[in-house]
Amino acid sequence: MSLKSLTKPWQPMSYGFLDASAKRELRRKMLKSVAVPGCQMPYASREVPMARGWGTGGLQVSLTLLNPRLRVKVIDQGADDSVNAASIRRFLALVSGAPVTLDTLGADLIQSRHRIPEEIMREDQILVLQVPNPEPLRSVQPNMSIARQMHADADYGRMWLQLYEQIVRSGRVMQGAGYPSLVNGRHVMTPSPIPRWDVPKLNMAKHLSILSAGREKRIFAVPPFTRVEPLVFDDVPYRVEDHGGLTCSRSTAKGFFMNEIPQVDGSSTYEVSDSSYGVKTIQNREGDDVEFGETWYKDGEMTQ
Amino acid sequence: MTRVMDAPRIVTTKPLVVVRNVDKNYGSVQALRQVSALVYPGEVLGIVGESGSGKSTLLRMMNLEETPDSGTYTLDLPDVSGNLFELDRFARRMLCATRIGIVYQNPHHGLLMRHSSSGNVAERLLVAGERNFATLRAKAKSALAASEFPLERLDAPPIELSGGMQQRVQLAKAIALEPALLLLDEPTTGLDVSVQALVLDTLKRLQQERRITMVIVSHDLGVIRTVADRVMVMRRGEVVEAGLVDQIFQDPQHAYTQQLVHAKL
Amino acid sequence: MTHVLDIRSLTKGFVMHHLGSKMQAFADVSFTVDPGEFVLLKGANGAGKSTLLRSLYRSYLAQSGQILFQSDHGQIDLAQAADVDIAHLRRTEIGFVTQFLLARPRVSAEAVVAEPLRMAGVNATNALDQARHWLETFGVKPELWRAYPTTFSGGEQQKVNLARALIRPQKLLLLDEPTASLDANARAALVTRLADLKSGGTAMIGVFHHPGDVEKLIDRVIDLTPETQTEVVRDDVVI
Repeated sequence: MSLKSLTKPWQPMSYGFLDASAKRELRRKMLKSVAVPGCQMPYASREVPMARGWGTGGLQVSLTLLNPRLRVKVIDQGADDSVNAASIRRFLALVSGAPVTLDTLGADLIQSRHRIPEEIMREDQILVLQVPNPEPLRSVQPNMSIARQMHADADYGRMWLQLYEQIVRSGRVMQGAGYPSLVNGRHVMTPSPIPRWDVPKLNMAKHLSILSAGREKRIFAVPPFTRVEPLVFDDVPYRVEDHGGLTCSRSTAKGFFMNEIPQVDGSSTYEVSDSSYGVKTIQNREGDDVEFGETWYKDGEMTQ
Repeated sequence: MTRVMDAPRIVTTKPLVVVRNVDKNYGSVQALRQVSALVYPGEVLGIVGESGSGKSTLLRMMNLEETPDSGTYTLDLPDVSGNLFELDRFARRMLCATRIGIVYQNPHHGLLMRHSSSGNVAERLLVAGERNFATLRAKAKSALAASEFPLERLDAPPIELSGGMQQRVQLAKAIALEPALLLLDEPTTGLDVSVQALVLDTLKRLQQERRITMVIVSHDLGVIRTVADRVMVMRRGEVVEAGLVDQIFQDPQHAYTQQLVHAKL
Repeated sequence: MTHVLDIRSLTKGFVMHHLGSKMQAFADVSFTVDPGEFVLLKGANGAGKSTLLRSLYRSYLAQSGQILFQSDHGQIDLAQAADVDIAHLRRTEIGFVTQFLLARPRVSAEAVVAEPLRMAGVNATNALDQARHWLETFGVKPELWRAYPTTFSGGEQQKVNLARALIRPQKLLLLDEPTASLDANARAALVTRLADLKSGGTAMIGVFHHPGDVEKLIDRVIDLTPETQTEVVRDDVVI
């Protein structure tokens, strides 16, 4: 027996770009973050051929989870066809040979920037969210050592105070994207800058969500069937964006989260933010045989 | 005829606060030497002494911000037991957040200067688990009213308020949860004489109407004489004398206390 | 019936550290007081009359001896008792009328008078009503009731002081020249109130410059002038 027979032949690049030890670390940290829902786990964020802050956290998680049978979908603010989404999708396919898709129903792994698809995700799907700032306490406690201690003590008084102050000053909660949410009744997390519209989708979701911040080197997760409750006062109900009554100007889909397209005359038209859902609606209207999944929102109202 | 701290009591009940034989050294400096103190429910204990006498250190220990080298601290409350100096950080934080209120000399220490005044009070209620906005607001309002804070400035940030008003916000925050023990660290030092008098009036009124147990630290004998029932005189980390307020001022026993009382204008 | 107060060999002196000297006020004083008894303390200036009263009230710390007081909670030695007990007894059983009013600034006259009742748990309106009644009895003009006594004349202050001290019947009342600076009407009101309290069982020890006012109430006179006591005792005193 020689050393040569025990090792793999030399390759110019590891499968899935990241080296084996990096992937092992990420797997361990993902397991840890699933074990303690919402708790931020530190990890050694590796160099990837992309600038920090462009989704390197999500990319590393996706690279670790990839295998040749895993079908990948990448979206950027709901769109499959933005430059960033297309580049990441192509890169993932290139380094792993994994098949890609644009359809939420057909994907096994969805890497997303700032949106959760409108169609309900299943138990066998994984959502990877790119997180710019994983620390919900940053705005109230700039010292991260103390913030960590506050998480350990479940000391979220300041977090609540921030909401109180917003209501006192502006009459309503001003937090738009990344609404702080209590996971499993224990840790407050920022659900990455998804709109308020998407936060209820995480509550008791069937799928696993992994949130990863490459620049900040933190990973956290919402396991399937885990409570995710946005921080709200008993008497000030949680409100999502008023998009329930809007209709997509291109696909005529109605009751979903929209992108506002400003017009020359000062008015606005709207397009459905989840581009794959918009495309499916158009194909369906043109008579193609398209399979729709159940959606979280029906007629602009959250189901369940 | 010396009266020890534990003179036989036949009338009154158990002390609320028992601090016993506390020693604290900072390097080679002895900050506290075998200091003991009792505080009874509903009374105001005044601690006087010059700068560096250890009076503020003792108060911070009562707020569990500092741990002595040795000594014990107990509170006679139904759900609190054992030596509080041995509690871990989390238990200390919860105890201080819910049962002990403190007013610092420097409002920057006790307040979030750029949040609203009502928010500063509400924070304490939030920490205790209040999650109803209307209730929070009502309770913050009533605590501020009890501290005689002008309610039309309810949501003004403390940074825009005068020193006296800032102390009232601190006071409102400290009493918002009806604490078992209210600690006051030079609460009127640095205020104008007239403002100081008004803040002291508020304290006195709170004490009479709510029977809040208080410990007030001051180097100002006039302040102590106005609000305290009993006085403890400290010097160089030791208690030199303790007694009823009129006894300390009219018949001081210790040479240092006599000097202190005679120095009063 | 037991004595309200049983004073045994009470001695008081002062150590003046800054002068390095000692001053003897009185020594080896013993007497008893029964419920409803009025004891007048007599003696030349400096004989220690006021000092004795203050020692009984514990504003001064006695050096030796016992002050056995029959409280509602049993017998207690006022010379030795814990401060909190004394504070409690002052609120409930022992009253002290001084020559001077030491009113807290910015508190109205009626609130000052009502305070002992408030401390005893009487509700605010009731306490204020009673306070006004006694202010009226001692002849304080109604327009002054809501003013701050710190600005009053000596006589008016003393009336407020009396109203405050006598508003609640106590078991033991110490009187330190309450009639000084009082006009005739107020003096008469005071004597009436004292007579009432006395018949109600309040024991009193008083120092009066002109005991003529209260002559009818006096049961016993104790002379503190040193010559009337034995010289030997004074020499024995170790401060």
